[in-house]
Amino acid sequence: MKLHNIVEAIGLKVFNPGVPNYGNIEISGGYASDLLSDVIAGLSKGDIWITIQRHLNIIAVAKLKDAGAILIAKGLEPDKNVIEKATEEGVILLGTNLTTFEAAGKLYNLLKYGEVR
Amino acid sequence: MWEEKFRLVYRVKPMDLASAGSASSQIKVELQRNGIEEDVVRKVGIICFEAEMNMILYSTGGKLKVEVWPDRIEILAEDDGPGIEDLQKAMEPGYSTAPPWAQDYGFGAGMGFPNMKQNSDVFDVETKPGEGTRIHSVVYRSKDNETP
Ligand SMILES: Nc1ncnc2c1ncn2[C@@H]1O[C@H](COP(=O)(O)OP(=O)(O)O)[C@@H](O)[C@H]1O
Ligand SMILES: [Mg+2]
Repeated sequence: MKLHNIVEAIGLKVFNPGVPNYGNIEISGGYASDLLSDVIAGLSKGDIWITIQRHLNIIAVAKLKDAGAILIAKGLEPDKNVIEKATEEGVILLGTNLTTFEAAGKLYNLLKYGEVR
Repeated sequence: MWEEKFRLVYRVKPMDLASAGSASSQIKVELQRNGIEEDVVRKVGIICFEAEMNMILYSTGGKLKVEVWPDRIEILAEDDGPGIEDLQKAMEPGYSTAPPWAQDYGFGAGMGFPNMKQNSDVFDVETKPGEGTRIHSVVYRSKDNETP
């Protein structure tokens, strides 16, 4: 499913919509974790990574793992320098007021059944 | 016939959290650019990231070196100290001495060594308290690539 469809269906905020090709990124799954070692081992290419981490290192992790995007939950906002770095590296930063649990549930339904439910 | 193809070397500075993970990311990009198999790149990326993070968080600085051979990738992570007092304990899943601030950032799951080991075909650690730690890992490439 295309990232822009997911953003619209769940109603996500995009912190850096200026990333080239942003809407066309293909999303194949999701991974929810705040432990970097767990993400490094478990996230698959094209996943949306749902987390409450929002410091600079999440960009390197997402880049290394070819994450489709990072979704920061619970209404938390990354600092300006984190957004800048993400844009520089071509990593999409998304935000939502939903908790990790809620966001993961919606993404799961959307990818599995084609609707948020 | 078994010549080394190329080598990447990065300096890793202690406590340099801002650029943490950048050496591993660059290594991944270089390996991809040179057509190294996807699964091999994935494993090397994991190993390098964990080794790099450990050097940043726990060492006084070191070097991360990756050698590309026709049949394998060799990873060498060497730091200048302080070494590991109880290596057996440090290798246990879940064991970590990461300070609270690092844990808030998602470091310190105690999964670094287990991740490195799991993704390596050969893995060994030499460490001497007061001197430093040296991690050596090998990831084999697929049989098709053994003829250079
Ligand atoms: N290069 C190093 N120099 C000194 N101590 C280290 C080094 N690498 C790891 N350690 C020690 O080993 C422990 C376990 O490392 P690791 O498995 O990567 O888990 P974590 O990094 O989450 O603590 C660390 O908490 C630290 O005490
Ligand atoms: Mg570690």
